[in-house]
Amino acid sequence: MMDMAESPRLSVDLAAMARLMPMYAWVTADGRLRSLGPTLAKICGPRAVPGMPFLDLFRCLRSACAKGAAHLAAAQDDRLAFALRDNPDTVLRGQVVSLGPGQGMLLNLSFGISAAEAVAAYSLNSSDFAITDLTVELLYLTEANAAVMGELAALNERLLRARNRAERRALTDSLTGLSNRRALELSLRRLTQGGFPVHERRQIVDAADISGFAVLQLDLDRFKAVNDTFGHAAGDHVLRHVGMTLRAETRLTDVVARLGGDEFVLILPGFTDPQAVMKLARRIISRLESPIEYQGQMCRISGSIGIALSSDYAIADIDRMLADADAALYMSKHEGRGQAMLHRLIREDMPAGKTENARIQDVSPG
Amino acid sequence: MHGLVNRSLQAFLIGTYGTALWEAVAQDIDMDASGVEAMLQYDDGVTDLLVSAASRRLGKPRDSLLEDVGAYLASREALRRLLRFGGRDYPDFLLTLDELPDRIRLAIPDIDLPVITVSEPGPSRFLVSCAMPFYRHVLAGLLRAMADDYGALAVIDTCEDGGLCVDLMDTQFAAGRRFDLARPGVE
Repeated sequence: MMDMAESPRLSVDLAAMARLMPMYAWVTADGRLRSLGPTLAKICGPRAVPGMPFLDLFRCLRSACAKGAAHLAAAQDDRLAFALRDNPDTVLRGQVVSLGPGQGMLLNLSFGISAAEAVAAYSLNSSDFAITDLTVELLYLTEANAAVMGELAALNERLLRARNRAERRALTDSLTGLSNRRALELSLRRLTQGGFPVHERRQIVDAADISGFAVLQLDLDRFKAVNDTFGHAAGDHVLRHVGMTLRAETRLTDVVARLGGDEFVLILPGFTDPQAVMKLARRIISRLESPIEYQGQMCRISGSIGIALSSDYAIADIDRMLADADAALYMSKHEGRGQAMLHRLIREDMPAGKTENARIQDVSPG
Repeated sequence: MHGLVNRSLQAFLIGTYGTALWEAVAQDIDMDASGVEAMLQYDDGVTDLLVSAASRRLGKPRDSLLEDVGAYLASREALRRLLRFGGRDYPDFLLTLDELPDRIRLAIPDIDLPVITVSEPGPSRFLVSCAMPFYRHVLAGLLRAMADDYGALAVIDTCEDGGLCVDLMDTQFAAGRRFDLARPGVE
């Protein structure tokens, strides 16, 4: 710092001060207002009159002026901060210099980084700022950044939507809207690892529900006859109908997958009671046996189901469960159409027809 | 070119001539009708293809098409506001045009823009030069639209050296459009 006594003096009139520093405050040594720059005057309003204590207009937010405005001049090297008493949301940063004997002190204030709010609150325009002041550039940058961020957010959203669509497609059987083989495999892997099943509806399953689960293999009966008699369009219609039926008969948290053709697999988290599973399987079969209308023709199908329960295995080996459910399905088919069978009941090479498995009668024989 | 440039072309074509024309242009150059992304980088050739295809479809020379793009951009409220931050009045705006590329880069650092220089060879006459013809044409349209925005009366022409000559007749010819530093909605 140069010694004040030795510095050459500069005399500037207040009009020049107002242009150079539109937010200056000239304060007497004992802390009373002498004059304000035009922009600061705009902010302070008509209350600001010469002679009033500067600290009646502004609350000082730094300890530098705790001892009163008269001591402000000692804080020449500090970054000062003031809140407008009439509007405490307006916080200004400031710097003070002592002007020498009898001249008091000079403060220069600025909005700092909260310029956007202040400019709006006091309807300021570019002529309220010194030409060298970068506040207007800060405002420009704030707006430009908001625009860029808006574009980026829109881009991210479009990309996210496209990714979700692609993921959903990758996990969905396009004909029925059910899960596909890939989604099924993902679900099974997660289930055996104690995780959540996934399917096309992205349903989250409560971990408590998946302590055990049932695997159902379902084959349609007489589906080939529908295809042969009424054509592939009728077959597709029937498959879509089956998909809707399976969805309707299961919970949101169950996985219903079509593996292709007329093969379906259902994963039912939480289903560990053999009787409950059999009951559901029978209900599904009886629903499938309701005639399905296609262009005036009645298509009649049924279904055979094989079931494996994770609770029957010391370690839930998915491949084995699927194979066992498939073996039970084979037995069901062997028993005649429209059967459901639990694998646990055929474990000891029981001859077909001698299982304890409940049979249900064909609702529509033939 | 930055996607913003292509996106501006797309927005101009849709906004001025409608979706059908845009879709035809996109089809001409094997582009998906959803168009370009503003925040991605594209091969320079994409911009050129877009301008050529639009120029062909509209039967309009490239130069005047690009001038229309400039005028269109200056008419977008968000952009016109950003441009108005550049100067208190039209002469001030013209004299700070050399800062324009830097201003744009403040917000979009990866955009490639040509240098703009401005000189004042005589009273009320400004020379604006810009090395890339593409941007020079866009700039010509933009300067005309901004003169209106500021309420100034100016004639903007191509000079002998290929730059733009701005002859300012009146800085307060009309009321101009309102500009408040505070963005509407910010309190």
